[in-house]
Amino acid sequence: MSMLQVSVYRYNPETDSAPYMQEFQVDTQGRDLMVLNVLSMIKEQDSSMAYRRSCREGVCGSDGMNMNGKNGLACITPLSEVIKKGKLVLRPLPGLPVIRDLVVDMGVFYEQFERIQPYLQNDEPEPAIERLQSPEDRDKLDGLYECILCACCSTACPSFWWNPDKFVGPAGLLQAYRFLADSRDTATRERLADLEDPFSVFRCRGIMNCVAVCPKGLNPTRAIGKIREMLLANAT
Amino acid sequence: MSSMRSLTFDAIIIGGGGSGLRAALELAKSGKKTAVLSKVFPTRSHTVSAQGGITCAIASADPNDDWRWHMYDTVKGGDYITDQEAAEYMCSEGPKAVFELEHMGLPFSRFDNGRIYQRPFGGQSKDFGKGGQAARTCAAADRTGHALLHTLYQNNLKNNTTFLNEWYAVDLVKNANGDVVGCIAMDIETGEVVHVKAKATVLATGGAGRIYASTTNALINTGDGIGMTLRAGFPMQDMEMWQFHPTGIYGAGVLVTEGCRGEGGYLVNKDGERFMERYAPNAKDLAGRDVVARSMVLEILEGRGCGENGDHVYLKLDHLGEDVLGKRLPGIVELSKTFAQVDPAKEPIPVVPTCHYMMGGIPTNVHGQAISQDADGNDQLVNGLFACGEAACVSVHGANRLGGNSLLDLVVFGRAAGMYIESALNEGVEYLEATDSDVEFAMSRINRWDESSGGESVPALKAELQDIMQNAFGVFRQEDNMQEGVKKLSELRERISNAHLGDKSRAFNTARVEALELDNLMEVAEATAISALERKESRGAHSRYDYPDRDDVNWLKHSLYFPVEKKLGKRDVNFTPKTVDTFEPKVRTY
Ligand SMILES: Cc1cc2nc3c(=O)[nH]c(=O)nc-3n(C[C@H](O)[C@H](O)[C@H](O)COP(=O)(O)OP(=O)(O)OC[C@H]3O[C@@H](n4cnc5c(N)ncnc54)[C@H](O)[C@@H]3O)c2cc1C
Ligand code: SF4
Ligand code: SF4
Ligand code: FES
Repeated sequence: MSMLQVSVYRYNPETDSAPYMQEFQVDTQGRDLMVLNVLSMIKEQDSSMAYRRSCREGVCGSDGMNMNGKNGLACITPLSEVIKKGKLVLRPLPGLPVIRDLVVDMGVFYEQFERIQPYLQNDEPEPAIERLQSPEDRDKLDGLYECILCACCSTACPSFWWNPDKFVGPAGLLQAYRFLADSRDTATRERLADLEDPFSVFRCRGIMNCVAVCPKGLNPTRAIGKIREMLLANAT
Repeated sequence: MSSMRSLTFDAIIIGGGGSGLRAALELAKSGKKTAVLSKVFPTRSHTVSAQGGITCAIASADPNDDWRWHMYDTVKGGDYITDQEAAEYMCSEGPKAVFELEHMGLPFSRFDNGRIYQRPFGGQSKDFGKGGQAARTCAAADRTGHALLHTLYQNNLKNNTTFLNEWYAVDLVKNANGDVVGCIAMDIETGEVVHVKAKATVLATGGAGRIYASTTNALINTGDGIGMTLRAGFPMQDMEMWQFHPTGIYGAGVLVTEGCRGEGGYLVNKDGERFMERYAPNAKDLAGRDVVARSMVLEILEGRGCGENGDHVYLKLDHLGEDVLGKRLPGIVELSKTFAQVDPAKEPIPVVPTCHYMMGGIPTNVHGQAISQDADGNDQLVNGLFACGEAACVSVHGANRLGGNSLLDLVVFGRAAGMYIESALNEGVEYLEATDSDVEFAMSRINRWDESSGGESVPALKAELQDIMQNAFGVFRQEDNMQEGVKKLSELRERISNAHLGDKSRAFNTARVEALELDNLMEVAEATAISALERKESRGAHSRYDYPDRDDVNWLKHSLYFPVEKKLGKRDVNFTPKTVDTFEPKVRTY
């Protein structure tokens, strides 16, 4: 038996007046399990444990959570990567309202995503086949379109914590740039006009927390830099 | 009863994967009152995991490509129980549907001339099998499903689709005439149970790979739409036909796409031999998936498997070089590092055939209308009920699906169902309202769980079910094993009907969701088991030691499983495409 001590944030709105940490012992048999496997073992001990999960392979973005202080996806985070002093501490993504246990209300996060009009806009008539795009232009979308909306970045961003209603946040801005960078999109001016206020983009302080936690290795800070450049070029 | 809230729509689409979102888009544009109801936020649906691409004759890699060649491959791949009218519809309408996706913004990879990148996939040919390997699978690197699902979600946002996200559909509601007039659904966040009334109910609930212990499928793929339909008393088609994908990562079950072999990778046994050359001299590693999976199992059984226990084989990719891997297969590099601790640029990936796709499902016509059978064996439409995507069996995949054909199925038939429903609603549909007792009936299952006060736990029963399926209904099957499996399942059903839901709280109760899912796994497993036992031949993915040959005299048919009697019937395959000659059944070689 090799027991792992796991401390998990618990909160059930029907019965708990305040959240608390609950301790579990999980027998990992010495294996380097993913954190998600550990959670499902905990759920076998206590079926009331609530968390989201779907793909279990890091592509759906369901199980963003805070593991020993760092945001990430439970399903692709091996214990060996997070364990500190033999202990695992699991908390919900910071800064968002908790619905229950590790499940947060992602409402404001999705609103900021919707706010940037996350869809291709092209006012020219559609051709009978596909719109052509050179491989070089297509390459510009790499590192942008792969976002899985897990919210690990935005919930690690102090600027987003303070102004979740006004600062679009790293995830939303990464997607804003994904469409600005697409050679097929013709709404660049409108997109930029919508972002030029002092908050939407300019609240980013370049702290790079977002880059440090993105489980897909994406770089919102760089995208934000590009948007700033476009905004400044536009202003002059 | 009167305390239960109800919501009324023209159409309710259950499922926010590729097929549901495509249907929704059509209906959102129509101005009808519709909603998408999904147990997970739409972009968390399983479609997001699709890797390799969407197969379609858009004539990019080969300007002379022809949808009829694609249709031929599809019919042959399905071992001739593919409905030819449906395959004709999918392959000929396909290009339009793919170009639409591109216009919506899907970030396809590109060739130098700016057109959509296409890669070779298994079972693809030019000129009706006579012109060699084709490259027909349109790809966004190896993240095509992600790109497709996000694009569809984005365009639904653009068209103001109504979403009921994190709502769980429990059971269908039928009126006194047996028409489907909506469903019972639970808002997961609050636990509130609601009666959803609709003139059209679309099941786009995806697959059910979680009936097996080892699967490439997401944890949420529990066959809920199949379970709901069976409980409502309607039949299921070709449920014995389960695809085992050749390259699931050994131990983890996570998929690495067939596109790996399309890009030039190949399988080797412990002697380093490229063994597919022996089993499929022409197509080699790009033979049909059923053929490759069986060959792998034979290698393992004959002692040429790799690893300490000789229980897997290797997928070799290192010769492709880091550039190709980084450009065309970046997701695969990530997955194999995470789940196999292997860098494919340096070492081969250990792989094993793994449950992947449900060819069977709710029988439908090309408009997505669900089909049952009358006493004389004639097709009978089920009023109010539609299905599309993996949950449906239209049937374009027959006994074995070709790679990349599912994503095409989703968008072609999602769109078709949406269009048909819009025109039906315009013409006007009126069904009898469900009575309180009809609704009560649909509530009985969730009530049973909520009233349970003791009994076995859900996770243990689920694991048992998965082991039964894995052991008796895998790549190779035989009578005595399957009989044993059917017996165990019927005992298990009894135990599940007495199982215990320990947590009865309201807010985001995932234990309740998992309990409800277990009932659906049970329905799918039993339908699969009985269909597999009764189809006494080998065809496509259904391979029996005791009946090793295809039997076209008795079994050039769809199987139709009737849940009330638990009996297997048959249904005719369509051999009458509208614009091309019938593809007559031939011996299937690659
Ligand atoms: C790893 C992997 C890779 C694949 N790669 C490819 C590929 O490259 N090319 C290809 O063509 N095919 C591929 N496939 C197959 C293909 O991805 C699936 O068949 C397809 O995505 C299924 O789509 P769908 O719309 O039918 O269902 P899904 O995408 O599975 O969506 C089902 C939806 O139904 C909802 N739902 C289910 N039950 C309920 C309920 N009770 N209440 C409310 N909502 C519910 C879910 O929330 C979800 O939104 C792959 C499959 C796997 C497993
Ligand atoms: S770089 Fe900007 S967006 Fe990223 S965490 Fe820092 S403030 Fe937030
Ligand atoms: S940018 Fe990265 S961390 Fe942020 S939502 Fe997207 S995938 Fe998640
Ligand atoms: S479960 Fe999908 S990202 Fe972890």
